Amino acid sequence: MARFTLPPNSRIAANGKTHPAPPGAKRTKTFRIYRWSPESGENPRFDTFEIDLDDCGPMVLDALIKIKGEVDPTLTFRRSCREGICGSCAMNIDGTNTLACTKAIEDIRGTVTITPLPHLEVIKDLVPDLRHFYAQYASIRPWLQTVTPAPHMKERLQSPEDRAKLDGLYECILCACCSTSCPSYWWNSDRFLGPAILLQAYRWLADSRDEMTGERLDQLEDPFRLYRCHTIMNCATVCPKGLNPAKAIAEIKKMMLERA
Amino acid sequence: MPEAYKLVDHVYDAVVVGAGGSGLRATMGLAEAGLRTACITKVFPTRSHTVAAQGGIAAALGNMGPDHWTWHMYDTVKGSDWLGDQDAIEYLCREAPAAVYELEHFGVPFSRTPDGRIYQRAFGGMTQNMGAGPPAQRTCAAADRTGHAMLHALYQQSLKHDADFFIEYFAIDLIMVDGACRGVVALCMEDGSIHRFRAHAVVLATGGYGRCYFSATSAHTCTGDGGGMVLRAGLPLQDMEFVQFHPTGIYGAGVLITEGARGEGGYLTNAAGERFMERYAPSAKDLASRDVVSRAMAQEIREGRGVGKERDHIHLHLDHIDPRILAERLPGITETARIFAGVDITRAPIPVVPTVHYNMGGIPTNYWGEVVTVRDGDPDAVVPGLFAVGEAACVSVHGANRLGSNSLIDLVVFGRACAKRIATLVKPMTPPPPVPRDSADFAIARVDALRHARGGSPTARIRLAMQKTMQANCGVFRNAEVLDEGCARIDAVYQQMADIGLADRSLVFNTDLIEALELENMVAQAVVTMHSARARTESRGAHMREDYPARDDENWMKHSLAWFRDGRVELGTRPVHTWTFSDEVEYIRPKARVY
Repeated sequence: MARFTLPPNSRIAANGKTHPAPPGAKRTKTFRIYRWSPESGENPRFDTFEIDLDDCGPMVLDALIKIKGEVDPTLTFRRSCREGICGSCAMNIDGTNTLACTKAIEDIRGTVTITPLPHLEVIKDLVPDLRHFYAQYASIRPWLQTVTPAPHMKERLQSPEDRAKLDGLYECILCACCSTSCPSYWWNSDRFLGPAILLQAYRWLADSRDEMTGERLDQLEDPFRLYRCHTIMNCATVCPKGLNPAKAIAEIKKMMLERA
Repeated sequence: MPEAYKLVDHVYDAVVVGAGGSGLRATMGLAEAGLRTACITKVFPTRSHTVAAQGGIAAALGNMGPDHWTWHMYDTVKGSDWLGDQDAIEYLCREAPAAVYELEHFGVPFSRTPDGRIYQRAFGGMTQNMGAGPPAQRTCAAADRTGHAMLHALYQQSLKHDADFFIEYFAIDLIMVDGACRGVVALCMEDGSIHRFRAHAVVLATGGYGRCYFSATSAHTCTGDGGGMVLRAGLPLQDMEFVQFHPTGIYGAGVLITEGARGEGGYLTNAAGERFMERYAPSAKDLASRDVVSRAMAQEIREGRGVGKERDHIHLHLDHIDPRILAERLPGITETARIFAGVDITRAPIPVVPTVHYNMGGIPTNYWGEVVTVRDGDPDAVVPGLFAVGEAACVSVHGANRLGSNSLIDLVVFGRACAKRIATLVKPMTPPPPVPRDSADFAIARVDALRHARGGSPTARIRLAMQKTMQANCGVFRNAEVLDEGCARIDAVYQQMADIGLADRSLVFNTDLIEALELENMVAQAVVTMHSARARTESRGAHMREDYPARDDENWMKHSLAWFRDGRVELGTRPVHTWTFSDEVEYIRPKARVY
């Protein structure tokens, strides 16, 4: 059994701060939140915040915003739409990658532990570096590619049945919850595209209007880009939009077999 | 300079600030024209608020029945309560079909009719035959995730083109020299370095400022940063009193439920279970214009006929619609209603309440996206080098009230028009005009002062005071008393900015600092919104004055302008354009607005 040692500067320090609930709080919930800033020169730590749930919105994001606004304005995280469509506030909550804005606090038993999406470089606190993820997205040429010229002042026709094949694919919000929950991606993210990007790749393979199926499959025909998926299925379990990237990957593999 | 910030210089032909629908469409057009183009955005492009648009994008394709762009134009003029500029409205509506086909060719996964064409649904205020009716199915939809589908497609297209993206860069201020815009200064959030972009053209595509209010469908990032920059540059904002309340924000959470829900047959009821819209808009009923429906709902609640324990909201019914139709056409709101209201829409009504949604006002422009101001008696004087598109701009096509699904079409039509205009003005790869050596100092000084601010008021506290003030004193119903008090209260909030205190002094991803910069942008716009609302003594579109209940075309068929200098609001006006873009359609004369 291989044993791995984390670099010394990534070990969690024991100097986390505790912010107790305001006096008189009746329904408190404890949030343990990962903190790290490259400027401090210190190791990461967990800060503890006790929040009065009677004075807080229902979602984990509400608690984070409350902490930032009223307790510690240095707490750093991304957020925007607060309704589960923009994908900004992806993080690991209670051991599972999800969106803070659609995760109800009451669905979590005991202390709420929050860390950044795993296996990414951390920029600060809950903000990970997603540049590699975005570059992988660009690498699959995620746009409609055709040889036939588009009709003038008309749409390309697509039957409702063909359009239905895009359901479960086009809804992806690029939050990266799935890819960063995938053990294969943890080990091989330099070369394995990971579930999110492969789901996007299949979205174009499945589009009846796209005419580059062969080229797209050629691009994916590689021991790493596609075939590192071992159907662990974490992707489908965590997807906050209820999508199934593993199924999309299986469909790509099927297309590979069919053309072989 | 109090502290040395790393300053990096960039030179481009054109710089776009913002990567939502209009910013991405402008960026694409500029890059296509061979211009060296940069797009600066404070969030990764697909996080922009266009992503949250649901119901669809308006264009007279006629896929579902007879339609014509002139009918779309009539509806938009009437929706605007005759405050919209008809040259711009004509341009919007006649260009709309081409813009939607272009999106389809980009790969947007539109829902389809049985014969494979783009599916279109009914939306508020959209009719056939120049308002005579029946309703027109004009709103092109990708289920109820049209904005998401569109924004992703536009970002995908941008990957194809040769534009440089500066992602998670926060634009601080414009570089203005002798009344012309020469560039923009931005902060790199990742390391705190300052970036000075020199360019022939700067396009502000920064979106609306919905977060000035306590309850808004807008994302946290909708802080109107472009409007804030324009006010600091000494230029006016236009029609700021016109703030749209969407009839159906989820009660409590403020999350949007698309108007497409009513387009697909949904209806509103009060505590008595009555479909009250029949009383307020006998012909269009639940699909009247948003201002009309929101006012009716607020009126029902005021007269004690709201639902719930506090009788303070309204029910939206979809439970009579075939669940298969709901699953196919409204899957997104099915999910949001479950998550944010705990409601299964196939069985129970959604609790909704009018919620701040859209700013009709913004940076005044012509239909090319060129920013205009009043100069030497010319009400259409162009500000050289400066452009604005999307919700940040006030073209004005939405006038006093925007029709649902007209915002998405506004983004792409004017994003494209603006790029085309810049391509005719700028010779690619030519050096932009020089800027003074100290041109970034103003921006850096603001950043530095805020980063080290040690006052007693945290950003969140001042922001909450602003939001509560706007909510209480600049809502659906307005009168002199409420607005006088509102002006005093919002001016006090502005004063409180002098006492702001930050806790995070770091340079790396300092969101405490970003939120303070955003708050500066918002407070200035909140102040001019309140003062503009007090000044307009008539009722038009979304601006309802109980003390002046009628529209007053004689005195007020004009755009209001507001400058904000040294903490003081100065008001002015510009005439509404009472002419059309071409000879193919005549100016639509004002008449009473009944739905």
